[in-house]
Amino acid sequence: MGGLLVIVVLGLVVLLVVFGLWAIGIYNGLQRKRIGAQTAWSDIDVQLKRRHDLVPNLVNTVKGYATHEKGVFENVATARSAAMGAQSIDQQIAAEGQLSAALGRLFAVAEAYPELKANQNFLALQEELTSTENKIGFARTNYNRNVAQFNEATLVFPANILAGMFGFQQMKLYELDSVDERKVPTVQF
Amino acid sequence: MPDSDGGSVDGGAVHGDRPPIRAYPANITYRDLIAENRRKSGVLVGGMIALLIVMGVAIAALATGAGRGDVVVPALITGGIAAGVVGVLVSVWSWYGGANAILSMAGAREIEKRDDPQLFNIMEELAIAAGLPMPKVYLIDDPSLNAFATGRDPEHAAVAITTGLRERLSRDELTGVMAHEMSHIRHFDIRLSMLMATLAGVIVFAADAARRIAFYGPRGSSRSNNSKGGNPLALIIIVLAIILIVLAPIIATVLRLAISRQREYLADAGAVEITRYPQGLIGALDKLGNCRQPLRVVNDALTPLYIVNPLKKAVEAGRHNASSMFLTHPPLAERIERLRALM
Repeated sequence: MGGLLVIVVLGLVVLLVVFGLWAIGIYNGLQRKRIGAQTAWSDIDVQLKRRHDLVPNLVNTVKGYATHEKGVFENVATARSAAMGAQSIDQQIAAEGQLSAALGRLFAVAEAYPELKANQNFLALQEELTSTENKIGFARTNYNRNVAQFNEATLVFPANILAGMFGFQQMKLYELDSVDERKVPTVQF
Repeated sequence: MPDSDGGSVDGGAVHGDRPPIRAYPANITYRDLIAENRRKSGVLVGGMIALLIVMGVAIAALATGAGRGDVVVPALITGGIAAGVVGVLVSVWSWYGGANAILSMAGAREIEKRDDPQLFNIMEELAIAAGLPMPKVYLIDDPSLNAFATGRDPEHAAVAITTGLRERLSRDELTGVMAHEMSHIRHFDIRLSMLMATLAGVIVFAADAARRIAFYGPRGSSRSNNSKGGNPLALIIIVLAIILIVLAPIIATVLRLAISRQREYLADAGAVEITRYPQGLIGALDKLGNCRQPLRVVNDALTPLYIVNPLKKAVEAGRHNASSMFLTHPPLAERIERLRALM
């Protein structure tokens, strides 16, 4: 009798250890993928902050030449402060979209001022912003790939059970959802 | 921001938001290319060391007159070991110092971000897009149009561009060219071509030295009279040595040429996957094809590294667009055609 009990207990212990190791493996895998996605987000964030820093300089430079475009400057300023004050990633994604659109209109307006387009300071800022937009775009692709991998890992069976237990929430893709952001801005004269 | 497909002179379009393009051939990923280049690099280093050992033995055979059995065997072993040691040393030098040697042979100087913010911005964008570290950036003071990348891996990589090309290209075109170089870095083409350029250079140098010994060495001295005793083996060894000495540089050259053509297409494809904008590279290749100015400082060993063949005869004959077995680069027209198919 005693021998049987020992075997049963040992069997249970082995089962428990195997289950524990499996759960640890799943947990670490999910955690790693989430960290990957978070790192990818911080790569975007660096570029978004860079853009926030560039905007005031740009607006001041353009203001010196295009004095009658108040509405455009205000839009940029509003969008910038909304983006800087965003509380969550979702909010920030929406606000950055607004900022992209507002900056697009600002550059479209600048096209009408030949003296501005010859200004070295303006050209340097335009180059920096073009580059920053590109970096944001490429970093977003990386972020979305990481998020997609993480999301997939939380959805497949049986990891989805553990993902639920440990509170791994699906992450949201950084998509250009507003039509406004995709289309080339047009200027009205 | 306005999106100018025609490629404005200074502004350049934003490409980061474009949808991805699948540009590699269907059965290839860049991971396959990395594995292949790593393997080829290993084979190359091993092969070069083996070739050097054989040449060392051949040189020893020639130098000792290859006639007297008692002297020859230890001499051959000594020659083989010495050449093997030289081979290993040369490989170590090539691995760690090859990139710097190539850059200084090409007359390139390193620049910083404040020297050319736009070029650095473009490299930073591409580094993010490709998920690779930022390479070092070099300028070559030369009015011709060319660029190359080198280094042993993406962590120790450098890109170099001539001032002529830097000035002639729009932002979009420059992005295309640098993305092509970034693809060479990502594919580890840079490792193979760096080892090729430096090791092949050493092989040619060694064969040259062997030839000198063969023609002006101790064969003409009194010792050769001993071997006239009629040892057929000696003659065979000498003939073998001469064949080797003649063949070695040819082998080295053929090896060098063999690597270069397909990978230019693949680097073009990789560039499109990184930038999602074939038009940039097409515009740049167009300009490169219309340029008739050869590179001033060009070392024969370096030709496979450049984005287009820099040699005078290739450039002057307008053979950028011609197909030939001995050209290190595929014809530009064919490259442009393949890129257009991706638009």
